[in-house]
Amino acid sequence: MPLKSLSLASLVETGAAGRSIWMRDAVVSLEDCARKTGLGGSFELLEGKSVILLTGDQLKTAAALIDLDGWARRLVLCPPDFELRHLGAVIRDAQVDALVYDGQVEPPVETGLALLAPCGLALRQRSIVPIRRFETEWALLTSGTTGDPKMVIHTLATLMGAIAPGHDDRPVQNWATFYDIRRFGGLQIFLRAAAGRGSLTLRTAGEAVEDFLDRVSSTEVTHISGTPSHWRLVLIGSAARPAAIEYVRLSGEISDSAVLNALASLFPGARIAHAYASTEAGVAFEVEDGRAGFPASLLGESDDGVTMKLVDGSLAIRSNRTALRYLGEGAPELRDAEGFVDTADMIEVRGERCFFVGRRGGIINVGGAKVNPEEVEAVINLHAGVHASLVKARKNPVTGALVEAVVVLKAGVQETPGLRDEIIAQCAERLAPYKVPALVRFAPSLAVTAGGKLLRQT
Amino acid sequence: MRSTIISAIERVAFEQKRTIAPLTDDLPLVESGLDSLCLAILVARLEDITGRDPFGLGDVSLPTTFGELVAFYEHAA
Repeated sequence: MPLKSLSLASLVETGAAGRSIWMRDAVVSLEDCARKTGLGGSFELLEGKSVILLTGDQLKTAAALIDLDGWARRLVLCPPDFELRHLGAVIRDAQVDALVYDGQVEPPVETGLALLAPCGLALRQRSIVPIRRFETEWALLTSGTTGDPKMVIHTLATLMGAIAPGHDDRPVQNWATFYDIRRFGGLQIFLRAAAGRGSLTLRTAGEAVEDFLDRVSSTEVTHISGTPSHWRLVLIGSAARPAAIEYVRLSGEISDSAVLNALASLFPGARIAHAYASTEAGVAFEVEDGRAGFPASLLGESDDGVTMKLVDGSLAIRSNRTALRYLGEGAPELRDAEGFVDTADMIEVRGERCFFVGRRGGIINVGGAKVNPEEVEAVINLHAGVHASLVKARKNPVTGALVEAVVVLKAGVQETPGLRDEIIAQCAERLAPYKVPALVRFAPSLAVTAGGKLLRQT
Repeated sequence: MRSTIISAIERVAFEQKRTIAPLTDDLPLVESGLDSLCLAILVARLEDITGRDPFGLGDVSLPTTFGELVAFYEHAA
């Protein structure tokens, strides 16, 4: 069987001296991850196995991924909020043979698995020299709202399809992210750090934004990523901005011009990029022109092998970066007959520009007229006093639903009826009457999901 | 209640750039100058202002005139 040309271990064993993954209270050397194992004697038993990673923290996950890519047949990555009640279904659907668990706690009971492998961060020499001959399947869980999570299959090649390989003659990239690397968005950044030949700084769960940014400064981070909601948290704080930042990346939610402009002034001289990606569709593109949306010229086939089209207003993507398929018996088709993945993200074309206007399912129906909450939020967020907003449906006996907005003001801005009128007037200028919020409430903050996106379910 | 409803109607009409007819008790709501979006907003605002949601009471006969609308809210206490 041929050797794999690329494994995660081969990506991290070279690069800058001392490259590491930093958390608030712990650190692991990437070079050590490539050359040693945190799995003890279990490592050699995992060759060719389907392995579920329930490792308890991001550093152990990173070490296990580097250890096992190319060595295990399949790796199932559990997100941080994974609920153990789904474990049986995931083990069944992913035909799991072995479970890697946090070595400091008892393994989950009744898995029925013969091989339970504890992992730790005290990395030791392996008892054998591994020959990494598997094109390992990476099974990522998507956040279903009900029932067991769906799993999609990627490979290191599909996950890294949008990442330029690092070269010795390119500057080293030190990355940081607000995301957890056990989710697609964070995994992307973990892999960018691996390819970028530098280090990675991760936010510890619950760590204050200011404290995280202090660490970002001290680890000389050059590239940093988060969702627009994460970035709005940064913009509220008056924390000193990390000086070495060259590149700021937004993804996971719609980037409106308010947040793009604010970041451009917070990080003058840095490139501000917003990327479009999803677990299923992979990374499709990124835009660096500082404007919301993306050029309509990206529709169609592009040079980098990504083809995009609109189907009933929804973005469909075909590329070698999309996931390969859903896992499990009776799972739906991920790609259509022509290889396109439907994203359910709705696009509106205005002139030469395409704008994301929300999710297909998230539409508010006002007496038969359709309103995308994100479109209204983008207009509200343009108001100078507004920090963030959430637009949602409110039940109504006349029209079925009405548009209601919950608005968080910037620090020091007073709630007044006049301000409410201004926000409504600004919406009325730019939006059809049925899209204008009929009710505007002020709130001290908005709930954000564990993944760093605005919580839309109320 | 009557004055609360009148000022709410005037406000919605102003926001929605609508001209409203004089609000007499026998004025049919469909001829008031308020369209269904205005009426929807009015009902939502009145719920917030008065804490009353007569539409949520279930099997009730819906108001068709301005006078019935006022009575509708007065009786929903």
